[in-house]
Amino acid sequence: MAAVPEGSDALSAFPLHLAFLGTFGDAFDFIFHQQVARTGQTMVGGPDQVLHLTGQHLKVTFLALGAAVAIALPTGVILGHLRRGEGFAIALGNAGRAVPELALIAFVAAFIGVGLLNVTFAFAVLGIPPILTNAYVGISQVDRTAVEAARGMGMRGLQVILRVELPLAVPTIMAGVRTAAVNIIATVALASLAGVSTLGDLILGRNVYGDQGVVAGAILIALLTLTLELGLAGLQWLLTPRGLKLARAGAAA
Amino acid sequence: MSPALAQFAPLLAQVTIHNRTGGNAPCQAQQGKVFCFGWAADNFDRYTTPLLNQLLLVLIAVAIGFAIAFAMALISHRRRWLVPSFTGATGVLYTIPSLAFIFLLLPITGLGWTTAIIVLSVYTLQIIYRNTVAGLNNVPMDSKDAGRGMGMTDRQLLWRVELPLALPEIIAGLRIATVSTVAIATLMVFANVNTLGAPLYQQIDFKTNIVIAGGLSILMAIAFDLMLLLAQRLLAPWRRSQREATP
Repeated sequence: MAAVPEGSDALSAFPLHLAFLGTFGDAFDFIFHQQVARTGQTMVGGPDQVLHLTGQHLKVTFLALGAAVAIALPTGVILGHLRRGEGFAIALGNAGRAVPELALIAFVAAFIGVGLLNVTFAFAVLGIPPILTNAYVGISQVDRTAVEAARGMGMRGLQVILRVELPLAVPTIMAGVRTAAVNIIATVALASLAGVSTLGDLILGRNVYGDQGVVAGAILIALLTLTLELGLAGLQWLLTPRGLKLARAGAAA
Repeated sequence: MSPALAQFAPLLAQVTIHNRTGGNAPCQAQQGKVFCFGWAADNFDRYTTPLLNQLLLVLIAVAIGFAIAFAMALISHRRRWLVPSFTGATGVLYTIPSLAFIFLLLPITGLGWTTAIIVLSVYTLQIIYRNTVAGLNNVPMDSKDAGRGMGMTDRQLLWRVELPLALPEIIAGLRIATVSTVAIATLMVFANVNTLGAPLYQQIDFKTNIVIAGGLSILMAIAFDLMLLLAQRLLAPWRRSQREATP
């Protein structure tokens, strides 16, 4: 275990060294304390680098997720509202699962180029199928009597979508968004292969960061993913109409 | 960017340098070319081992995953109170990113086939478990009553009535799990298994290579999907497959 240089950062005063837990302890050490790289010349790890890479990781994730939602959600909702293109929506969802993430990022890097914009595009492509398929399924499965009641009240197409179909489809749509988000944040680590530094730098750079850096990267990515999943579950709870929650609670009881 | 970070920059550049094997210079020189048929024909044998490794990895992982998830479904079928905890546990495991999972196992099982098989089998649990439970739940009460009326025991009812009727949904889960596993298996190059991810990772800027390796992986997924679809039709001819939303 590398010695901690004096006063390199605030958290290096953290008194407890956790190396006794083996590599996992070393990994937490890596997160909280700077240390000498395996290659010798430079310092790696510590809160500065970890926060920088985590920020980069989240930036790429949210850019890609935002792009995927912006493209897939309106498309899926409109197709579901019109009840058109069912074959396309379902086939896209199935096909999306068959595409290997590594091949996708390699394809984009080789054929389109590297850098933030291209990488974001690649991960947005990864997120589109589950969102589009679930938006289609969610909207098209909304109870027809509810839609007819809305029309009887004089609502027009857009009003029906916004006030009736979307709220009732929230659980299914959010399930798709959550699948996409978890896929994207997990795979963004591969952005390091296309010239965008993320937490993937740690897990793919064993020769520089050592086992402790690799395991630290894995821990951070797993924690970020679980946090995002929990955050989106909370968002889903907030967006779900109260009546729907009551109906579900009633059905479960 | 803090001054401390500036010194990482040369390190990060080092990280993205990979080993390159020779033999593709004439094709790579033609940058505009999307696919070199000559090179592909001459060098196709370098994809044989990765292809077979990936196939074997998928078969082993799905078999283990199916055995565990199926057993869990049967256990919780009689003890209903276990369903929420089993669903929660498989759901949390499914959320852990595969790439991170490989390296979380690094201090425990090291890198290699064992790690790859553990990660891939754990991934299949959620989908197979959920579909098997749903399939068993959707068996019509009338069919079960008929079985009971014929004097079947619990065990006979399970194996002769409930499981056959749940088969389409069980196989639907198996299809989704297998197709996803084929895609994730390419990532197992990071667990030091020579799957189709290896050529992708080693020559990430060589277009012909990417088309072949990525294409083979997608074809394998499609082949598994069609085979399982066929199995579904043959094993449960009385019921057409039900459409599934993504998990």
